[in-house]
Amino acid sequence: MAQYDRSKIRNFCIIAHIDHGKSTLADRIIEMTGLLTKREMQSQVLDNMDLERERGITIKAQAVRTVYRAKDGNEYIFNLIDTPGHVDFNYEVSRSLAACDGAVLVVDASQGIEAQTLANVYMALDHDLEVFPVINKIDLPSADPEEVAKEIEDVIGIEAMDAPKISAKTGLNCEEVLEQIVQKLPPPEGDENAPLRALIFDSVYDSYKGVIVFMRVMDGEIRPGMRVRMMATGAEADVVETGYFGAGQFIPCESLSAGMVGYLTASIKNVTDTRVGDTVTDAKRPAPEPLPGYKKVNPMVYCGLYPADGAHYSDLRDALEKLKLNDASLFFEPENSVALGFGFRCGFLGLLHLEIIEERLEREYNLDLVTTAPSVVYRIHKTNGEMIELTNPTNMPAPAEIDYMEEPIVAAEIIVTSEFIGAIMDLCQERRGVYKSIEYIEAKRAILKYDLPLNEIIYDFYDALKSRSRGYASFDYELSGYIRSELVKLDILVNREEIDALSFIVYAGNAYERARKMCEKLKDNIPRHLFEIPIQAAIGSKIIARETVKAVRKDVLAKCYGGDITRKKKLLEKQKEGKKRMRTFGSVEIPQDAFMSVLKLDET
Amino acid sequence: MDAYFDMLSEEISLSPYTGREVSSVYFGGGTPSLADPLKIRGILDQLRKEFRILADAEITIEMNPGTVSREKLRIYRESGINRLSVGLQSCSDEMLKKLGRIHTFRDFSDTFWMAREEGFENISLDLISGLPGETPEIFRDSLEKAIAFAPEHISVYSLIIEENTPFYALYGPSGKKRGELPDEETERGISHLADRVLEASGYEKYEISNYAKCGYESRHNLGYWTGVPYLGFGAAAASYVGGRRFRNAMDDDYLSLPYEECEVLEKEDLMAEMMILGLRLTKGVSLSSFQKRFGKDLMEVYGPVVEKYRSLGALALSGDRLFLTDYGMDAANVVMADFL
Repeated sequence: MAQYDRSKIRNFCIIAHIDHGKSTLADRIIEMTGLLTKREMQSQVLDNMDLERERGITIKAQAVRTVYRAKDGNEYIFNLIDTPGHVDFNYEVSRSLAACDGAVLVVDASQGIEAQTLANVYMALDHDLEVFPVINKIDLPSADPEEVAKEIEDVIGIEAMDAPKISAKTGLNCEEVLEQIVQKLPPPEGDENAPLRALIFDSVYDSYKGVIVFMRVMDGEIRPGMRVRMMATGAEADVVETGYFGAGQFIPCESLSAGMVGYLTASIKNVTDTRVGDTVTDAKRPAPEPLPGYKKVNPMVYCGLYPADGAHYSDLRDALEKLKLNDASLFFEPENSVALGFGFRCGFLGLLHLEIIEERLEREYNLDLVTTAPSVVYRIHKTNGEMIELTNPTNMPAPAEIDYMEEPIVAAEIIVTSEFIGAIMDLCQERRGVYKSIEYIEAKRAILKYDLPLNEIIYDFYDALKSRSRGYASFDYELSGYIRSELVKLDILVNREEIDALSFIVYAGNAYERARKMCEKLKDNIPRHLFEIPIQAAIGSKIIARETVKAVRKDVLAKCYGGDITRKKKLLEKQKEGKKRMRTFGSVEIPQDAFMSVLKLDET
Repeated sequence: MDAYFDMLSEEISLSPYTGREVSSVYFGGGTPSLADPLKIRGILDQLRKEFRILADAEITIEMNPGTVSREKLRIYRESGINRLSVGLQSCSDEMLKKLGRIHTFRDFSDTFWMAREEGFENISLDLISGLPGETPEIFRDSLEKAIAFAPEHISVYSLIIEENTPFYALYGPSGKKRGELPDEETERGISHLADRVLEASGYEKYEISNYAKCGYESRHNLGYWTGVPYLGFGAAAASYVGGRRFRNAMDDDYLSLPYEECEVLEKEDLMAEMMILGLRLTKGVSLSSFQKRFGKDLMEVYGPVVEKYRSLGALALSGDRLFLTDYGMDAANVVMADFL
């Protein structure tokens, strides 16, 4: 094969605050380097799940290789790695960044620097990436590129006066971005003759090729026929194919050597063997040390997923198995509930991960699901000395058997501008946070450190943080351990019948408040029936909150003659549509959303 | 107006169903009594030519009080119209004003007696319940005044606040006068009151919102509820014939291209319609008619729903008839939605 001149390779990512134009610029780069014509491009090539396009976020890392003929007359290979954009996937982000040598920082010319801009830049700098800024959306009337350039220099401290001022939407000045990628970002380093070390930054499952491992070769060379070992999981396999990333397709090549980004296939059946962050090495000549930074990511949040129609249990299992092929961090095992029948207890990286899986199951696999309230993993120390990890509130032992309980705690770092420090401290206080420190990173920005119980942040903490800081706070956290805590199980009774799937575990001090809100929420969620429905919350046998769904007493009497019939039917169908997503308990129909409503207790 | 009647006449002449037997004709929707009565007569004459209108056909025209003269009524009578449906709405001038009606109770009274004098022996009155500020006492007073005229037929509907109306701004979910509307419990009381007072005065409730003296049930409207085919002509008119429902364009669009929509009704649709329309009637749905029409046992199709609402006391089964109980009538939508 043609030996690549490593100095003509650029491995980079694009980083930006949400909506500053990351994906649009990626599209332009792919388009301008001639890999695809405008017509072939579905906008935003890199976000290839429908869901990603709709939510405007990237869920899985993606990569694409293009070739750029620079003004110096040379051809450069660009490997653009797109990174996920949410705290749930922070670990994946860090591995994607580790696969790059440089980053293009996109800043909106009218918005300027925002929280994620900084969080992303710091993360890139942590990975020793070269970063150069690009000022986007200069075609907007409110654009002030000079001011934004100055801000970048002042706040981030990187050179910005010659930052390309572009419109990724129209393509204006985007050529300049390509030139600066060549000039400002470094070529990869690495020793081609050293034992193979390649960093896995993602993998996908293909039904013909098995697992396709996305990797960045750091040292050595990989080629088909070679036996490789994943240094952390210990899995071994014979490489069948190596190649690089076309847009939306895999292009085989003879080998990949140090500095290159590409993929390997090796008839690997299971993505759990090829975990993100692991190092691929030569089984015959292994590297002495793996690449730094590997960790096994464990699910942080559990919930029950049930088919709305019990007959679809095996469809749900098949769908979960298929999703698991592409998602090593998804966990599931069968469970059953008195109220909901057979289903699965599933583990996720966070709430967004949960929502994504749920939506994919519903859309791609056409399943109607009931989701129970998410729970973190509690540790229960029983009086007999045994310790159990509780992922399902229903399995909580009787109070007499419990010596004490523990809940997971995270070390949280919140970066916020000084005017919102008070509001954010209040929020952390409300969420049972323990203040650790505050540190000013510059005159008007500080890092707040708190220990927070995980169950206080998985639901809506991120939203609350954003709203109380007008979007200016950024947030990161790491599981730091378990602490002893007073926890109780709250049971919900609808029409005097306990609905096990609605039980949840709550900090004792918040039990009354939560119980009251839960009952209110359910009251609003459960449609009126022909009879009155009491909704009660109980701890053990003690009722601590109650609401009532009133009975329907009188419908509106509308005319229903010739021309009204279609309309009447539509009205009834709408009423019925609401009922479709409901589950019948005894004689009460409860909408499926109600099972998630515990999440949104803090909304008014 | 001329253009409208020209189009109407053309539409009738182009109907593929001419020659069919017709047992009722209804001029309604909007206020047909505002039109030139000779035009109405013209249309009726044309219908007689194109269709076989039975000698004892029920021929109704809708009118608002104060919109007709003695002469108009005479022309209606001469042209064969034998039933009037009068949009009285309320006998309280205060309520009529709130409704934005231009007529007064006095206007109604004049119109009614004039119609009687002109020989109309079958008159229906429309009343609206649930008006802003209405109490059971106000409603009862209005109802009793209406009954005093001894009409053959009375309809009682709830006030419905439609979007994009001035009413919606005031009484809609965020309107500042929302609170003036009677609450659900009051509406229920008013509805039960209507049942009681009308029954005591010799009106039988034969449909969820319609009451009639014996033998004066609206033949035309009963057709809608029992699946009899009908043809509609004019703007926004609907037809149901040959398992399809057609709808004409609205307002001025009608003048350029009358036909707009056609909905093909599958067997399941027809079964559901038979249920939701049939249950509006106090006599309910006949199990044998269902069997005859669809070749299927009603209980085989809807057994679980029927049982559910029977056990809740909303539906009752007696001999061949499945019908809403009084309790079920109050919450008819809840029950009907389950038949879709």
